[in-house]
Amino acid sequence: MKKNLLSIAVAGLMALAGTASAQDYPTRPVTLVVPFAAGGPTDTVARLIGASMSKTLGQQVVVENVAGAGGTLGPARVAKAPADGYTLLLHHIGMATTATLYRKLPFNALTDFEYIGLVGESPMTIIARKTLAPAKLSDLVAYAKENKDKVTLANAGVGAASHLCGMLFQSAVGVPLTTVPYKGTGPAMNDIVAGQVDILCDQTTNTTEQIKGNTVKAYAVTTKARVSSLKDLPTTAEAGMPSVEVGIWHGVYAPKGTPKPALDKLVAALKVAMKDQTVVARYGDLGLDPVADADVTPGALQAKLKSEIDKWAPVIKAAGVYAD
Amino acid sequence: MDFFANLALGFGVALSPVNLGLCLIGVLVGTLIGVLPGIGPIATIAMLLPLTLNLDATGALIMLAGIYYGAQYGGSTTAILVNMPGETSSVVTTLDGHQMARQGRAGTALGIAALGSFFAGCVATAVIVLLGPILSQAALSFGPPEYCALMVVGLVAATVLASGSVFKALAMTFVGLLLGTVGSDIETGAPRLTFDIPQLAEGIQFTSLAIGLFGIAEIIRNIENPEARGVLGTKIGGLLPTLADIKQSIKPVLRGTVLGSILGILPGNGAVLSPYASYTLEKKLAKDPSRFGRGAIEGVAGPESANNAGAQTSFIPLLTLGIPPNAVMAMMVGAMTIQGVIPGPQVMTKSPELFWGMIVSMLIGNAMLVIINLPLIGLWVKLLSVPYRLLFPAILLFCCIGVYSVNNSYVDVLLVAVFGLVGYVLAKLDFEPAPLLLAFVLGPLLEEKLRQSFLISRGDPMIFVTRPISLVLLLIAAALLLIMILPSVRSTREEAFHG
Repeated sequence: MKKNLLSIAVAGLMALAGTASAQDYPTRPVTLVVPFAAGGPTDTVARLIGASMSKTLGQQVVVENVAGAGGTLGPARVAKAPADGYTLLLHHIGMATTATLYRKLPFNALTDFEYIGLVGESPMTIIARKTLAPAKLSDLVAYAKENKDKVTLANAGVGAASHLCGMLFQSAVGVPLTTVPYKGTGPAMNDIVAGQVDILCDQTTNTTEQIKGNTVKAYAVTTKARVSSLKDLPTTAEAGMPSVEVGIWHGVYAPKGTPKPALDKLVAALKVAMKDQTVVARYGDLGLDPVADADVTPGALQAKLKSEIDKWAPVIKAAGVYAD
Repeated sequence: MDFFANLALGFGVALSPVNLGLCLIGVLVGTLIGVLPGIGPIATIAMLLPLTLNLDATGALIMLAGIYYGAQYGGSTTAILVNMPGETSSVVTTLDGHQMARQGRAGTALGIAALGSFFAGCVATAVIVLLGPILSQAALSFGPPEYCALMVVGLVAATVLASGSVFKALAMTFVGLLLGTVGSDIETGAPRLTFDIPQLAEGIQFTSLAIGLFGIAEIIRNIENPEARGVLGTKIGGLLPTLADIKQSIKPVLRGTVLGSILGILPGNGAVLSPYASYTLEKKLAKDPSRFGRGAIEGVAGPESANNAGAQTSFIPLLTLGIPPNAVMAMMVGAMTIQGVIPGPQVMTKSPELFWGMIVSMLIGNAMLVIINLPLIGLWVKLLSVPYRLLFPAILLFCCIGVYSVNNSYVDVLLVAVFGLVGYVLAKLDFEPAPLLLAFVLGPLLEEKLRQSFLISRGDPMIFVTRPISLVLLLIAAALLLIMILPSVRSTREEAFHG
């Protein structure tokens, strides 16, 4: 009897889902999967965007944290989810780098997804313990070359933003440094502030307040243009290290085959979010640059993903690190 | 003078009706999730983060902090009543707390846990106010080698947690270390012992292991011998601790508070060690150590005070340096970031109302917790008279929901079942799970810090002895180890337990 009731209920639900055409989308809450733990920088971006998109779509956008396996469990879940527009993914640069860091993945970033748009790029900064001698980036490079047996470079684990930037930095310096891995940016920053390790390259989200508080020494920001919250800090290009250009960009994806009308509505809602006053203000606090309207498009995200996969594949292969 | 002005500012903020209400909601929710096995503060704060978007930053943080330390209070309830630690901090409480409950002294155990926590919470808050900034600077000198040495002391102490055979305790410690190695290698990213299950890539969840080994195994054992149904049917006894109980607990509470306050400030989650350290200390200082594991009130009073003190002082690195020392504090960083307050060394000067308001709210929150918890003790104890055929399925359900909610992963829930069976078999063979759990928590930290130390020193082991703090800690570990290994000492120890 109970079983019968259940099957009737299920059938009813399915019928409901069937009658709601793609034109009415969305008729129920939308899940936005974040492949990292709640409270992290990517999660913060997702919650800001989600809150704004909820207003535009008229349905709640619920952030679901599917953390684990270096951020590969979330995309795997979304790739297999029903392509109905009710399951989305917000992921960062890892979408491109895991393609090389993992030799086998349960999803393909280039073929398993529909693209919605870019949602912001977080610059990185090269910082060091306060007591490290060099004053400029060029001095730091010379110092690292001379003392390559002594200099330590911290990162937050394989595949982390700090690890990626660290690889670029080492290839620019030209000599391998001793890398010290931490479980997360917090402990790595702790040991930089305490002077236990020498150099760290991390997102402005984590470093801006430490730089302003003068607890660490800052050398350069890794984006093309200077960051407004750290006006005095030169870019890597200005400081003579143009090859170290890296930003932690974020994008929103949907499973392959999501209906076009749903995708269009999502792109439109995302464009509104990028101009939302609250989002813009918080982006400013976080040192994130909002994306220009022209880049909040499926095409821009797809192009970015492709070019980033091509950019990172040789760097990761040269470093010889794999996460599986 | 500044100090009083700051404190006045804090009281002004914390006593506003809205913030008082948020503080109350926070500690109530915290108590509730602490009591419910499996649902921890991390998962709860994650779920409540979106709600805080509509609050102001100070109110949101007051509420989230309340959830965190409220959970420390509530966690001991489940540990004492049904031998189920939902949090690392309440593992130790199961050892003697649950034994007390079996002897009909559940009310006393709950009462002393609440009072001890209250005292420790107040002292630790005072420590934050008076010494926070200075202590956080001192804690910075605790680098990888010091931390590594501290973990060694902790591991050696793990065997002291067991009340049975030393060799079985050592065996459990090694199994715990082994389980702690599951997951990706921190340096190379290579998967270890994951058997191609992607959900294991970041290791085994603490909650899966703890709830399986303790909770599920306990339930199976209870179903097996219906007559030995633990607490049910035994006399409840007095609800509140007697004067003699309090007298016996004063010193353990004081020592626990000091230990917890110190360990909580250390970077890299020193707070997890505090209840274990306190238990070890009390057992070592006791005239008759054999009472431990059989319902010694000091074994509840000390660790409960220590874990609450540690929970409170772990805010120091976050608030003064902007560096989160553990996962819950990392969640607080997220909450602050969403509010537009970027944690860093400048929070204290740039947002004094947030800093001082939050600290004063902790004092108020701790007082609220005692007022809420003391009358509730009667209710909790009555819960035990709920027939087990209703209680057990409910506990199992909450365990599954709680474990699933941590990572939204069914694998974690399956692991609970596996570890439940393992725990049952271990209990049958007289292996005690507490050393295993402690080693599981400390193992990965030990490995991380050991490898960092060697990387920093370029492979030179002298880094551990040339740094004074690490040297002293290692000497303490060696002394502890000697005491246990010296055959004469060991034989008296075993006599004490088997005599």
